[in-house]
Amino acid sequence: MKKQSVWTPWVLPVLLIAVWQLSSQLGWLSSRILPEPWAVAKAFWSLAESGELWVHLRTSLWRAATGFAIGSGLGLALGLLTGSFRSAETLLDTTLQMVRNIPALALIPLVILWFGIDETAKLFLLAVGVFFPVYLNTFHGIRSADQGLIEMARSYGLSGWPLYRDVILPAALPSILVGVRFSLGLVWVLLIVAETISAQAGIGYMTMNAREFLQTDVVLVGILLYALLGKAADLVSRGLEKHFLRWNPAYR
Amino acid sequence: MFISTALFDTGALPRESATWTSSPPPPEARRQGVALNLQSVSKSFGARQVLHDVQLELRPGEFVAIVGRSGCGKSTLLRAIAGLETADKGSIKLGAGNLASSIRIMFQEARLLPWKTVLENVAIGLPRSLNAAAATLATVGLAERADDWPAELSGGQRQRVALARALLHEPQLLLLDEPLGALDALTRIEMQQLIESLWLSRGFTAVLVTHDVQEALALADRVVLIEDGRITLDMQVDLPRPRARGNAAFAALEQRLLGRILKQAPAGADIAAAA
Repeated sequence: MKKQSVWTPWVLPVLLIAVWQLSSQLGWLSSRILPEPWAVAKAFWSLAESGELWVHLRTSLWRAATGFAIGSGLGLALGLLTGSFRSAETLLDTTLQMVRNIPALALIPLVILWFGIDETAKLFLLAVGVFFPVYLNTFHGIRSADQGLIEMARSYGLSGWPLYRDVILPAALPSILVGVRFSLGLVWVLLIVAETISAQAGIGYMTMNAREFLQTDVVLVGILLYALLGKAADLVSRGLEKHFLRWNPAYR
Repeated sequence: MFISTALFDTGALPRESATWTSSPPPPEARRQGVALNLQSVSKSFGARQVLHDVQLELRPGEFVAIVGRSGCGKSTLLRAIAGLETADKGSIKLGAGNLASSIRIMFQEARLLPWKTVLENVAIGLPRSLNAAAATLATVGLAERADDWPAELSGGQRQRVALARALLHEPQLLLLDEPLGALDALTRIEMQQLIESLWLSRGFTAVLVTHDVQEALALADRVVLIEDGRITLDMQVDLPRPRARGNAAFAALEQRLLGRILKQAPAGADIAAAA
């Protein structure tokens, strides 16, 4: 087989953009439906130049990072707890499984009543959504740790924290990272919705605002930003996997 | 029999095999075996009784092989000696007192921690003795693989790491639960020679569970046959070491033992398969 160039994956996107640009120029596409790519690029540039873009981007990034940290931190802690102690599982798991089946976005009316429409409401939604993938995968990872390895480690005198640190946690890590990766993808989806509720800044706000004024080019800038941020989050989680699972031939 | 191991590891691991086949026993090696005494040990899982009043006595430094068909209870007996199962009845005494720390077990799978390097795996339970771990790794001929991940080793190499891991603790009793069962025939013979040479130089007491009669006769001072959870044969193997498999006395003993095991066979199909 012929060796594929690094550019091969980009042939189709470039071609699509070229067709899109051409059909806009020839008047087949109304700019109210889809502005030409060049207009989107110009909108991106002017937003970046005025500094408006960076304000929104910073706000969104801060929300995503904080919401993710709270949600996945709690998910990890509780997952480790219920995975490691039967009593904690009996006490907590049924409740958590019930709550899990409520879609995070269904909580929006309640969240608005509780927290109003300020930052807390958005962070709460993000944290709730991110919590469950991390919690479930941590729990599952701990539970499915290889019993043979644990038995071996015990017979070599490991117990308590050393056993946990050297055997159980590393065994659970691949599963935990799957949860983290899933959550990193989810956090943007939730953020889009959370920011459209009501906000004074953020990419979601920028997009909704642009819709009011029929600025389709700015709407597209917002959508593209989400795509880029999602891709960046994916790269981060891949990097984490590559670093922490370098012993595993499947991740090398 | 003493086949040059270079024959099997053509080019791949010449230095490794040279290390353990020709090196003299380390100077610090001492006779460290303990006596083992089992008194009417019984064990059941639910309604099924796996061990019936097992009596077994081992002298310090003795090498005993336990053979039998699958499901006869030989692995359970070994796990009971290791303390991984608790016997329902009877007593298991080691040496003078009950020194759990001086027993080490080798499992059928190597059970290496995949996220630790080979050297860290050998040093498990003794993380401060990395130097000693490196030295032990050299005695099994894997010194230059110290920084590799276990996933990069072959099955035989993983078992050698597991052996080094067990030996680092200077066990007085080494339990081997079919550790060579999953290896190919040539690697198995190599490993048998390695285990024998380490046993001869260090003098620990060894209990080997195996379904391979030839392996039992090649290594053990005594072969114990377990059938339905009872010891039904306890045979001294008085062949000079190193033992040659082609030797007439060896072959005769193997025939006798195999015949004895197969006589108990319940169905003709089993005999055909085993023969």
